[in-house]
Amino acid sequence: MIPELGHFALIVALLLALTQAILPLIGAQRGNLTLMAVARPAAQGQFVFVALAFGCLAWSFLHNDFSVENVARNSFSQLPEIYRFAATGGSHEGSMLLWALILAFWTTAVSVFSRHLPDDMVARVIGIMGLVSSGFLAFSLTTSNPFLRLLPAAVEGRDMNPLLQDPGMVIHPPMLYMGYVGFSVAFAFAIAALLSGRLDAAWARWSRPWTTVAWAFLSAGIALGSWWAYYELGWGGWWFWDPTENASFMPWLAGTALIHSLAVTEKRGAFKAWTVLLAITAFSLSLLGTFLVRSGVLSSVHAFATDPSRGAFILGFLVVVIGGSLALFAWRAPKMLTGGSFSWFSRESLLLSNNVVFLAALGTVLLGTLYPLLIDALGMGKISVGPPYFNAVFVPVIAPALFLMGIGPLARWKEASLPDMVALLKWALAISVATGLLLPLTLKGFNPWATLGFTLSVWIALTVLIGFRERMKNGGRLSNLSRAFWGMQLAHFGIALGVAGITLVANYQTERDVRMNVGDHAELAGYTFTFQGTTEHEGPNYRAARGTIEVSEGEKPGGKKLFVLHPEKRIYNASGMAMTEAAINPNFFRDVYVALGEPLNDQATTWVVRIFHKPFINWLWIGALFLAVGGFLAASDRRYRIAVKAAVPADAATQGA
Amino acid sequence: MKRWLPLILFAVLVGFFAKGLFLNPREVPSPFIGKAAPAFTLPVVGQTDKTFSPADMKGKVWLLNVWAPWCVSCRQEHGVLMALAQSQPVPIVGLNWKDKEREAEQLLAQAGSPYLAVPDDLTGKVGIDYGVTGTPETYIIDKAGIVRMKHVGPISEEVWKEKIEPKLKELGA
Repeated sequence: MIPELGHFALIVALLLALTQAILPLIGAQRGNLTLMAVARPAAQGQFVFVALAFGCLAWSFLHNDFSVENVARNSFSQLPEIYRFAATGGSHEGSMLLWALILAFWTTAVSVFSRHLPDDMVARVIGIMGLVSSGFLAFSLTTSNPFLRLLPAAVEGRDMNPLLQDPGMVIHPPMLYMGYVGFSVAFAFAIAALLSGRLDAAWARWSRPWTTVAWAFLSAGIALGSWWAYYELGWGGWWFWDPTENASFMPWLAGTALIHSLAVTEKRGAFKAWTVLLAITAFSLSLLGTFLVRSGVLSSVHAFATDPSRGAFILGFLVVVIGGSLALFAWRAPKMLTGGSFSWFSRESLLLSNNVVFLAALGTVLLGTLYPLLIDALGMGKISVGPPYFNAVFVPVIAPALFLMGIGPLARWKEASLPDMVALLKWALAISVATGLLLPLTLKGFNPWATLGFTLSVWIALTVLIGFRERMKNGGRLSNLSRAFWGMQLAHFGIALGVAGITLVANYQTERDVRMNVGDHAELAGYTFTFQGTTEHEGPNYRAARGTIEVSEGEKPGGKKLFVLHPEKRIYNASGMAMTEAAINPNFFRDVYVALGEPLNDQATTWVVRIFHKPFINWLWIGALFLAVGGFLAASDRRYRIAVKAAVPADAATQGA
Repeated sequence: MKRWLPLILFAVLVGFFAKGLFLNPREVPSPFIGKAAPAFTLPVVGQTDKTFSPADMKGKVWLLNVWAPWCVSCRQEHGVLMALAQSQPVPIVGLNWKDKEREAEQLLAQAGSPYLAVPDDLTGKVGIDYGVTGTPETYIIDKAGIVRMKHVGPISEEVWKEKIEPKLKELGA
């Protein structure tokens, strides 16, 4: 009964989404206030029904209703409750429903926090989000219905993919989707501006906080995914340039360019066409990411849907949404007058160069991700593009952006003075280059990649500090600085931390694969590892061999005992899949990471043990945390609320004229 | 003209997607099916004194699984192959393809080896003879040494049950 209720709620949600899309858009075009007024209640109603549908699916999962095919395929009676809930959004069908739920959530948020916007703008924005929502709900109902019954019912479920049975994976998908889907707000604002033909800077001001929040969620989501891959896959890596990872990274790159471009459009009225295009690009890449991961066009570890009818639907949907927006853009572009002029050296020009570099970096990732597909479609064979390509191409392309981000925030709008900037930054530059050159010498000798990384990291950190000093010079106090400024500074500092972490871990990590008997010792990076054997361990839905490895100080056994690690090798009951559960001892300066390989004898007394010493890897996640916190802080700046209020009369004036 | 550029780029991309969508990513026609498996003699990973040649397998139906330590999707099928190695319905030979970093031995020691033997195709020449387009790829070779089927992409349980196992039965493995 409950699954049927969910199915029914989903149909009602689709009807409401269509209403939400069609009536307000017609109303806005004709100036009909009654039709426009449909937008808010329809959006909120749609949210209620999608949430109801999702709740019904979650109920079926929590109650182990194996007569629902999706539950039977993706859950298991012994699966802990929290993972049964997470499994709701973990399958293909469930994740599409989660997409729709989060989209409805964002739309409702827009409907609540848009009291100060002109009616026709709100109607258009909500209408466009309704169109996107209709597409996703129709997709769910026609090709990926999560409520289909299985008759006769399965006795037992097939279990959730063991890789996904992890606390990190419980919060990663919603975070990522909050980011992906959040870009729909910026997209809807841009399209609404194009539709209305009023291409002033107002829409940029309105959409800026929404975009920043979405970007912050996406940053956090990507970082969680990377962290999960690091401790769960047991290979010790944190980024594999897997198509699924790239699918989330590309919207992030476009979104980063977008939030910077929005800053210029809001403050200076420049780059309008550019910003509109970036808003379309960021959301298009979110959709493309969904398409790539969900359609099976590119297969990867995470891709679980390989059904051409689904792919064909998503492709058709992409053509309508992206093709339609780009056509609208081309049609309206001549109406977009360029805003304030600026000289070749100004904050505008620096932000523009930064954006160009970001798009170039995006291009390299897109090319690497799609190249195998292009080659295949051209009938030239099948290839795969791996990390060597991405590392060799992406790093040099993104490096100039990291350099420019040190200068941009300090440069004046309109026209900056080059001699002044040189005077301001010469010491920062000298210190960072010196650190970059000298630091590797104290570690393992000269290394150009380490030099590049250290220089950029120190450069960004120092320019952030100079940014604070410059603000204080004009009589400011730390407590008086705006949240927007704090947000930017924290995010930029987060990049400095992240770059430092990546540089250190990529160039100075050490690892060993050792064969260990009970009582054997192994030494790595000043630690001694003593293998004390494995014990049988019974989990809720798996059996595990749990190793005990004592870690002590010094290069010889007998040093001071530091900590004990328990890496596991798990066999999941339902699927029989073996999983490696790494054990990590983290601290601020390094991770000690131990994973069990295979037992080498039948008594399981001898194992291959993989040991890593990963210096400063946590700076990477801490850096990402700074990005997310910076984003949320900037979006909560008081001036948006004030600016929004001030925008109403200004806009009414334009309307009158 | 400039303003139409994004739309044109997108249209080209859609063309490729549409083509890609209706290509079967698992099916690559191979001119080698029905012909004798190309002969080779290669050193065996981890057993420096031994070599492997398809002639050694005469009289058996066997799988030639082309893999590489750097190949992510090979890790995906590794578990399935390990399970097969336990029940041993058919011997699996793992051609270690273009392993320039020399990681195969260590990797198999750590993760376990489902292979009867691991011939070491460092230069990739044997791969060229077999028409390997990427890893992983698996060839079914019959008792007379004829290539009977080629599977592109990782072997999942589904692929095994629906595609490979019936073919093996047909060939009398």
